[in-house]
Amino acid sequence: MAADELRIRIAVNDDRRELDVAVHHTLLDVLRDRLGLTGTKECCAEGECGACTVLLDGRAVNSCLILAVEADGREVTTIEGLADGDRLSRLQAAFLERGAVQCGFCIPGMVMSAHYLLSHTPHPDAAEIREGLSGNLCRCGGYNQICSAVALAASTADAEAGE
Amino acid sequence: MFAYARPERLDEVFALWDAEPTARLLSGGTDLLVAIRTGRARPPLVIDLKRVQELAPGIAERDGALRIGASTVLSDLVADPRVRAAFPALVDAALVVGSIQIRNRATLVGNVCNASPAADTATPLLAYGASVEISGRSGTRRVALDAFFVGPGRTALEPSEVVSAIELPLPTGPIGAAFRRMTRRRGVDLATVNLCCVVASDGVTRIGFGAVAPRPLLVVDDSGVLADPDADPDAQETVLRRLAAETSPISNVRASREYRAAMLLVLTRRALAAARKRLDEARHGGR
Repeated sequence: MAADELRIRIAVNDDRRELDVAVHHTLLDVLRDRLGLTGTKECCAEGECGACTVLLDGRAVNSCLILAVEADGREVTTIEGLADGDRLSRLQAAFLERGAVQCGFCIPGMVMSAHYLLSHTPHPDAAEIREGLSGNLCRCGGYNQICSAVALAASTADAEAGE
Repeated sequence: MFAYARPERLDEVFALWDAEPTARLLSGGTDLLVAIRTGRARPPLVIDLKRVQELAPGIAERDGALRIGASTVLSDLVADPRVRAAFPALVDAALVVGSIQIRNRATLVGNVCNASPAADTATPLLAYGASVEISGRSGTRRVALDAFFVGPGRTALEPSEVVSAIELPLPTGPIGAAFRRMTRRRGVDLATVNLCCVVASDGVTRIGFGAVAPRPLLVVDDSGVLADPDADPDAQETVLRRLAAETSPISNVRASREYRAAMLLVLTRRALAAARKRLDEARHGGR
């Protein structure tokens, strides 16, 4: 019953994939090295920094702490899944608008955590934004711009909804 | 490198475990995968429990208690209206475990089985009188959580036993509870000291202390002194110091022994005041 390799079926950014994976490989390993989705970053590799954040069945998780085989039969959304072709999502555009990206390494994880926050709390206050991003570290220290970008994305969503 | 199995029934888990006694059990993975990554754990086999029917996620009310299934993640625990209404201090504690990403994977049962002396959820579970439901080959047994914690990383589980649920007795009268915690930073940190006080209307005060002993520690004051807001402050301090004397804090990277001992008293006084206030509100709030 125990295996070293397993065939898994996962839907990554709505793309259904079937692949054989080594059981000790993490979801992060498979996303980056097998599927070429290198937007998701590997940094601390122990669940402290949030750079590897993706959505698993709609919930933000650290992909470095999940074996790829655990994602079998599930849906994964990565940073590559947010834009519509060349058109950035409102949240991604807000990060650019507010100059929230400095070195950029933490940004995919930040955007995914913010995306998750807005998916269940469309109108976060400042404290909710900070709490929503508390599992993500930025060593450039761009937290003010990042929080400002999330607030902007939430308010522009309101403006569009009100039109 | 390890092999992986994902059984769907408990008897399959036990069969796998018998064949590979040093296998490790995987639930949320937020502790185990870090331990494997850093080389602290080198299991030949990882047994994933998330598809095991008997360990399914879910919170159910049964026989005057809330039963929290083994695969229930902390995010679902804190969102449950029954948990929020009856055990708010457990919600407060669960909300400081790791990060949002961690809480979306980590389970309450896993946090308890990891048996860290500093586990945040352990202190409210102790103070609220939780017990663990243990499943083995010959059936299930229940153990009070205080007897379940044996030492750092060590529990009362025997070989071929797993925790299938945690049971929280629903309060039968008004209670007030408060969780307090001291860390170096707000998120993704382990507690320097954490604790939870539960004050009941019958005068009994139960306190779960964390990070000040080899295991999460339950202390009880049934003299009524701590629960009484009008009790003589000196008498309260005497009781408090007697309870704190049951702890044995150590010095480590997070704080010194002396600092922990001092902060334990400060945080306990604050938690007691908050718990008494909530008890008062519960009594007069018509609940």
